[in-house]
Amino acid sequence: MATLEISDLHVSVADSPILRGVNLTVKQGETHAIMGPNGSGKSTLAYSIAGHPKYTVTSGGVTLDGEDVLAMSVDERARAGLFLAMQYPVEIPGVSVSNFLRTAATAVRGEAPKLRLWVKEVKAAMAALDMDPTFADRNVNEGFSGGEKKRHEILQLELLRPKIAILDETDSGLDVDALRVVSAGVNRVHAAGTTGTLLITHYTRILRYITPDHVHVFIKGRIVDEGGPELADRLEVGGYERYGDGGVEVPTAAPERKPLPGTPGGAFAPMPNVGTLASGQGPGL
Amino acid sequence: MSEPVLTTPARTSGTAAAVSVHEPGATDQLAGPGTGRAAPPDARTARTASYDPADFPLPGGREEEWRFTPLGPLRPLLAGAPAEGKVVVEVDPAPEVTVAAIDRGDPRLGSVLTPADRLSAVAFASFDGGTMLSIPPGAVASRPSWVTVRGEGGTAYGHLVVDVGAQAEAVIVLDHVGSATFGANAEFRIGDGASLTVVSLQDWEADAVHGGAHAALVGRDARFRSAVVTLGGHLVRLTPTVRFAGPGGDAELLGLYFADAGQYLEHRLFVDHGPAHCRSRVTYKGALQGHDAHTVWVGDVLIGADANGTDTYELNRNLLLTDGARADSVPNLEIETGEITGAGHASATGRFDDEQLFYLQARGIPPDLARRLVVRGFFADVINRIGVPELTDRLVGAIDAELERVGR
Repeated sequence: MATLEISDLHVSVADSPILRGVNLTVKQGETHAIMGPNGSGKSTLAYSIAGHPKYTVTSGGVTLDGEDVLAMSVDERARAGLFLAMQYPVEIPGVSVSNFLRTAATAVRGEAPKLRLWVKEVKAAMAALDMDPTFADRNVNEGFSGGEKKRHEILQLELLRPKIAILDETDSGLDVDALRVVSAGVNRVHAAGTTGTLLITHYTRILRYITPDHVHVFIKGRIVDEGGPELADRLEVGGYERYGDGGVEVPTAAPERKPLPGTPGGAFAPMPNVGTLASGQGPGL
Repeated sequence: MSEPVLTTPARTSGTAAAVSVHEPGATDQLAGPGTGRAAPPDARTARTASYDPADFPLPGGREEEWRFTPLGPLRPLLAGAPAEGKVVVEVDPAPEVTVAAIDRGDPRLGSVLTPADRLSAVAFASFDGGTMLSIPPGAVASRPSWVTVRGEGGTAYGHLVVDVGAQAEAVIVLDHVGSATFGANAEFRIGDGASLTVVSLQDWEADAVHGGAHAALVGRDARFRSAVVTLGGHLVRLTPTVRFAGPGGDAELLGLYFADAGQYLEHRLFVDHGPAHCRSRVTYKGALQGHDAHTVWVGDVLIGADANGTDTYELNRNLLLTDGARADSVPNLEIETGEITGAGHASATGRFDDEQLFYLQARGIPPDLARRLVVRGFFADVINRIGVPELTDRLVGAIDAELERVGR
């Protein structure tokens, strides 16, 4: 049975410690919710496991089925069976969703999926997430609404079927309908029984649709309380205040990306020197 | 993480990108006919044009149009050194296209192009032979015509004339390979209602030097699509210009360049909107990698006093893949009438975005493949719009090969 084991994990960003000793074991088929206030280090945990270069592991370990995850490159971790659904997925201009999905599936499965079966598989997965078929022709995350980005992340989850899925605030910015659709996708993957899920969230809202086996309260870079689903209900009523001052002074460490106002997203940060005269609008990129 | 490169005004500095805009109503910048003001010395309306090289002083490097260019490798072509080298031109025309050597007395020679700099004037005065492709009125070429220009070393000059009759349609691929120090011009006359696509591929060996002008005259309701693809050569400096012979013309100018360590690639465009109701779109994209890789894109657009209903937009984007590379980007818009449909430009130069790399890697995609995907994606819209399917695989393959050279 696939097992992700996080032991006494300490992580710093630019020399300031964010995670201060995280211990957590997630097994195939289980759903764990990590709940905590803003700035508690939840996203740092997610990105550290995925291997984002911004985060430095100063001590402790992460293993997947006994293999040292921290010794692996980002892509090796993904091929080993880890998946991170990101809070702010980046735009990749000129790369279509269909090309991207097939390239990713080929990498993770170790061989190119048979084209006819693959097309069917993608169509079915998209239909289950209420996604229009033309979505596959769009460029990765380019011009996607918040809800489309999250559906696209869950689409990848369904197609790549990782051993361990980390969902970083997948519920943030979703309206109720999108939340329901996205949660149903997560539940489908869970029902297959081959994926362990680490659901990172600030709010209890998503837990109306996804029932965790374990709830962990995350404050100031470590887990301070654990329980079953009933712990989430208590948090809904009482918030995080009973755990002290909530850790709000710890800076948020997720690599947020927000496009500059008035500029198209690109392969790089747009410069401010974009001029338009008269009434004309040029073509987008 | 991506970082924007800082920008400064075009006239004061040559940092990574610069923009100057001549806005209608901004009287301190508006000049030229009908404004009662003298045009600034570097305004498009005030430039010298002549067939005589002597009318252009030898550039010293401080002139506006030469300020970026390393002049050393161009000296033979600027001085008019004798053509002791060899460049072989082979034409594989579509059946509807006739090919002939240029007769110096042919009135079509020089009817589209008037050299606007010394490099172009020297090439015009020095070429021997030259190639003319003609498509009779109403004819539709059934396949692309290939003009292979193969450098076999030394200094050489060339000239190409493409004459597309009214209502005719053709696709020409101009494929530069091998090595030479090559000064050459190309003229494209597109008749009324005609359509011409020209792909000029600079796929030279690493030591080639290539300079010259491309001039197009777009007839009434005619369509011109140009794709300038510069991958090889030690120094390449091309000056594509487009004029409109009547209203309703449409010009789409596409560019793709990829500069490696030590390579200098300059594209200096001029779109001259004289008649009313013409449209132009300029999209040039470049990638740079390695120490002293340097690209220059200058996009001048002039909207004349009678060019009511003009619709123009130009865009230049540069992707810096490594440290030590430099991309200059200078769009210039001069507008002499306010009665236009639209005029805009955008210029951006940025680093390769490591967050894109992380996202793709987090889906299991190895880093070298992830970089290829991102760079292919960056160029995808230009490649897709070239519209010559025979070239697509070669261009994608050439970009992949460029990336492998850095081996990161």
